[in-house]
Amino acid sequence: MTAPIVRMEAIEKHFGNIIALAGVSFDVVPGECHCLLGDNGAGKSTFIKIMSGVQRPSAGQIFVEGQPTTFRNPREAMNAGIATVYQDLAMITLMSVTRNFWMGREPTKGWGPFRRLDVKNAERITIESMRSMGINLREADQAVGTLSGGERQTIAIARAVHFGAKVLILDEPTSALGVRQTAKVLATIDKVRKRGVGVVFITHNVRHAMAVGDRFTVLNRGRTHGTAKRGEITAEELQNLMAGGQELEALEGSLAGTV
Amino acid sequence: MNETTAKPTAQDERLRHTSWIAQLMKRPELGALSGLAFVTVFFALTADPVMFSLSGILNFLSPAAQVGILAIGASLLMVGGEFDLSVGSMVAFAGLVFGATVTVLDMPLFVAVLVTMLTAIAIGATNAQIVLRTGLPSFIVTLALLFILRGLALVGVKWATGGSTQLRGIADRVSEDPLLPFLAGDAFSGFFQWLADHDVIAKFPNGAPMAPGVPIELVWFLALTAIATWVLLRTRFGNWIFASGGDAAAATNSGVPVRRVKTYLFIITACCAALVAVITVLDAGSTDPRRGFQKEFEAIIAAVIGGCLLTGGYGSAIGAFLGSIIFGMVMIGLTYTRIDQDWYQVFLGGMLLIAVLFNNAIRRRVTGER
Ligand SMILES: Nc1ncnc2c1ncn2[C@@H]1O[C@H](COP(=O)(O)OP(=O)(O)OP(=O)(O)O)[C@@H](O)[C@H]1O
Ligand SMILES: [Mg+2]
Repeated sequence: MTAPIVRMEAIEKHFGNIIALAGVSFDVVPGECHCLLGDNGAGKSTFIKIMSGVQRPSAGQIFVEGQPTTFRNPREAMNAGIATVYQDLAMITLMSVTRNFWMGREPTKGWGPFRRLDVKNAERITIESMRSMGINLREADQAVGTLSGGERQTIAIARAVHFGAKVLILDEPTSALGVRQTAKVLATIDKVRKRGVGVVFITHNVRHAMAVGDRFTVLNRGRTHGTAKRGEITAEELQNLMAGGQELEALEGSLAGTV
Repeated sequence: MNETTAKPTAQDERLRHTSWIAQLMKRPELGALSGLAFVTVFFALTADPVMFSLSGILNFLSPAAQVGILAIGASLLMVGGEFDLSVGSMVAFAGLVFGATVTVLDMPLFVAVLVTMLTAIAIGATNAQIVLRTGLPSFIVTLALLFILRGLALVGVKWATGGSTQLRGIADRVSEDPLLPFLAGDAFSGFFQWLADHDVIAKFPNGAPMAPGVPIELVWFLALTAIATWVLLRTRFGNWIFASGGDAAAATNSGVPVRRVKTYLFIITACCAALVAVITVLDAGSTDPRRGFQKEFEAIIAAVIGGCLLTGGYGSAIGAFLGSIIFGMVMIGLTYTRIDQDWYQVFLGGMLLIAVLFNNAIRRRVTGER
C-alpha cells in the first residue's frame, strides 16, 4: 500500500466539558475513497474541520506526507493540498457561481497596482469545470442562491478538483440530495479517485459508503473501532458499529429489518 | 436546465443576448438609477431651469461629492458587512488634527495631510480591532466612537485655540502651498475659461465663465467612485469584500483573510472622512467641532439608496455615487423651487424607506429566496 498523504494520530477535541473527539486515528492514501461514517453528533464534522485547518486539535498529531504538521488556518491546509467541501458548502448565496468558485484564490493578471481579476478565464474555466461535472450553467454570473442543492454541491466539488487537491474531503455531500443527484455525486467521487486524489467521504448512509468506499472508519461518540477494508466488512456490520452495537439489533427486531 | 444539455454553447449565447433586461433588473444600482431619474424629472418640472445649467449642476454636485466621498467608503464597508457610524465625527476630529497641524504646529500642507491621514488610519484600525476582537456589532462600537471623536473635537478645538470654538486662519497659512490645487478650489479652470471664450458655456459680461471649473471635491469623488468600482468588481480584494460581507465564516473557510479585509475597509472609510475634512476645512478656511455633523447618516443613506444591503455582501460604489447625487439634488434643488426647504428631511426619509423595500425585493430576486 502506498504511503498516506495525510495521517491523523490520536486526535482529541474538547469543547469546554464536551468531548467531541476522544482519540481518533485516520489516514488517506492517494486514489482511495476512505469513508468516515457515524451517526448524528458522532464527531465527523469536528474531525474533518481539524483535518482542514478550521479547528485545532486539543491533542494528537497531523502528518502530511510523513511530516508532522499543524494548520493554523484553512489556507495552510489548502496549500498542503487538502480541499474540503463542507456540509454547509461554504458557499455565498449572494455571489455569482464564478465568484464562489474562485473565492480565496482568484486568478489575476497584470502587475503591481494594476493586478486584476482575470474575469474571462475565470468564467470560462468555471463553466467548463461545471460542464465536465454534468451541469450546464445558464450564466457564469448567476447567483449561487438560485441553484439547487445538488448544483451547489457540484460547484464545491468541481472547484476543489480544479485546484488540484491531493485530498478531497466531502462532508455529507449526498445527505440533501435526491437519488439521481446522489448517483451523480458518487460517480464524481469515483472520477476524482481515479485521478489519484485521496477522497474522504463523510456520510451516515451505509449504502452510499458501500457504493464507492475502499476503506471504512466508523465514529461513534467521538471514538473509532479501527478501519476496515472493502470486502472485510458488510453493510450490516457497519450499520451496527454506527449505532453502537446491540441497540440496533434490538431495534431491528421490532422493525423487521427495514433499517 | 433541461434543454441546455442538448446544445449548451448555442443556448448560453442566445440567453446572454436576450436577457440583458433581466441582467439590469439584477444590478444593485437599479434602485438608485430609477431614483435619480425620478428626482431629475421632479426638479425638471418644479425647479427654476437654472438648476440644470452647467453652474447649477456643479452647484448641487459639490455637496453631493462631499457626502459621496463618505458614501463610497461607507458602501465598501457595508458590502464588507460592517457599519461605521463615526465618520461624521471623524470629519470633525480629522479637521481639528489637520487645522491644528497647520496653525499650531505651523507645518506645510503635505505634512498636515499626512498627519491627518495617519490619524485616520489609526482610528479606522482601532474601530476594526474593537469590532473584530470583541465580536460586537460594529453599529454599537462605532456609535461609541461617534461620541468620543465628537467630544475630542470639541475639547481639542478649545485646546488649540485657547478657549475658542472655532479654529481660524488655516487657509491663509497654506495659500502658497504647491499641494493646494489638489485639495481646494476648482479644477480645469483654464479649460472652462477656454470654453467660455469660445462661447461653449455661459459667461458673465466680463468674460469669466459662470462655472469657474470643476469643484475639486467632485474630481476626488469621481476618481474614488471609479477606483472603488474597479476594486469591487475587478480585483481579488473586491471579491474578498463581497465574500467577507456575504458570509464571514464561509469566506474564512475558503481562505479569505476576512479580518484583514475588514480592517482595511474600516481604515478606508476613516480616510475618506479625513479627505472630506481636509477639503472642506480648506474650503472654509477654518474648522469647528460641528463639522461633519450627522454625515454618517447621510453617507449610509446614500449607500443604501445605492443598493447596499444592511446585511452586507451586496452593493455597489456606483450605486452610492448615484445615491449621493440624489442627495445633493434634493438638498440644493429645493432652493430652486417654491417648496419649503424643510421638506428636505421628509423627502430623504421617504427615499430611504423606498430604497430599503426595493433592495429587499432585489435581494430575493438574486438569491432566489421566496
Ligand atoms: N463549536 C462547538 N462547541 C461545542 N460543541 C460542539 C461544537 N462543535 C461540535 N460540537 C459537539 O461535538 C459533537 C460532534 O459534532 P459534529 O458536528 O462533529 O457531529 P457530526 O458527526 O458531524 O454530526 P452530523 O451527522 O449531524 O453532521 C456534537 O455533540 C456537537 O454538539
Ligand atoms: Mg456533520
